[in-house]
Amino acid sequence: MNERKPLGQQSQMETAAAHRNKKGAAKPAKLSREVQARLGQQLRAMYDEVVNQGVPDRFADLINRINGKDRH
Amino acid sequence: MPMDENVRKAVLNAVPSLRAFAISLCGNVDRADDLVQETLLRALANIDSFQPGTNMSAWLFTILRNHFRSEYRKRRREVEDGEGHYAETLKSQPDQIGQVEFREFREALAQLPADQREALVLVGASGFSYEEAAHICDCAVGTIKSRVNRARTRLAELMGIDSADEFGPDQQTRAVLASGE
Repeated sequence: MNERKPLGQQSQMETAAAHRNKKGAAKPAKLSREVQARLGQQLRAMYDEVVNQGVPDRFADLINRINGKDRH
Repeated sequence: MPMDENVRKAVLNAVPSLRAFAISLCGNVDRADDLVQETLLRALANIDSFQPGTNMSAWLFTILRNHFRSEYRKRRREVEDGEGHYAETLKSQPDQIGQVEFREFREALAQLPADQREALVLVGASGFSYEEAAHICDCAVGTIKSRVNRARTRLAELMGIDSADEFGPDQQTRAVLASGE
C-alpha cells in the first residue's frame, strides 16, 4: 500500500523508514529519492566520462575502412 | 555494396556510449575496447539484419552484451585488474562529487552481480527505457525493474548509506555547520 503514495509523501515515508532501519531493524526495502538521485548522478558521471572521450581513432578507422568497400 | 551513409553515421555515433557500457561490463578499458571492436566487426558483417528505422544503439548494445556473455564473462575473474585501470581512464570527474565518494561508488558498482549492474547502467546511464533494456537483455520488463531496484539498494548498502545525509562531503559539511550553531 505504501508504494503508490504521491511522490512527496512517499519520499518522507521512505526516509523515515531508512532512519528507523539505522537503529537496527530489517534492511531497507526502498531508498529515498535523494539517495537514488545521488547514485544516479554518480553513475552518469562515470559513464559520461567515457562518452565524452568521443570515438577513438581505431573505431573511426574501422568503420570508415569498411564503409564504401565490398564486404567480401 | 557500400554501407549506407546514415547507417555508418549511426554506428559511429553509438561508439562512445557502447564503450562506456563495455567498460562497465568488463571493468577494464583495454578489454572493453577489444569487446567494442569485436562487436563492431560482427555488426558490420551483419549490417543487413539491421532494420532501418529501428534503434541502432539498441541493436549494437544487444550484440555487445551477447558477445560479452558468451565470450568474456567467463574470463573476467582471471584477468581482473579492474579498479586501478579504470581509475586511470577516468582522469577527471565532476567537481560536485568528492574523490573518495566517487571511488567508493565505482568499487561498489564493480561488486554488483552482472545482471544488476547491466540493468542499472542501461536504464540509469545509457538512457534506454525499461522496455529497451529488457529487449537488450532478453528478459521481461518487470525483471529489469527488479534488477535496477536491487542494484540501487545493494549499492547503497555497499557504500554504507541509507539517506542522502550520509554521503561523505555533505555529511562533513553538515557536521561543521551543526557544531557552529
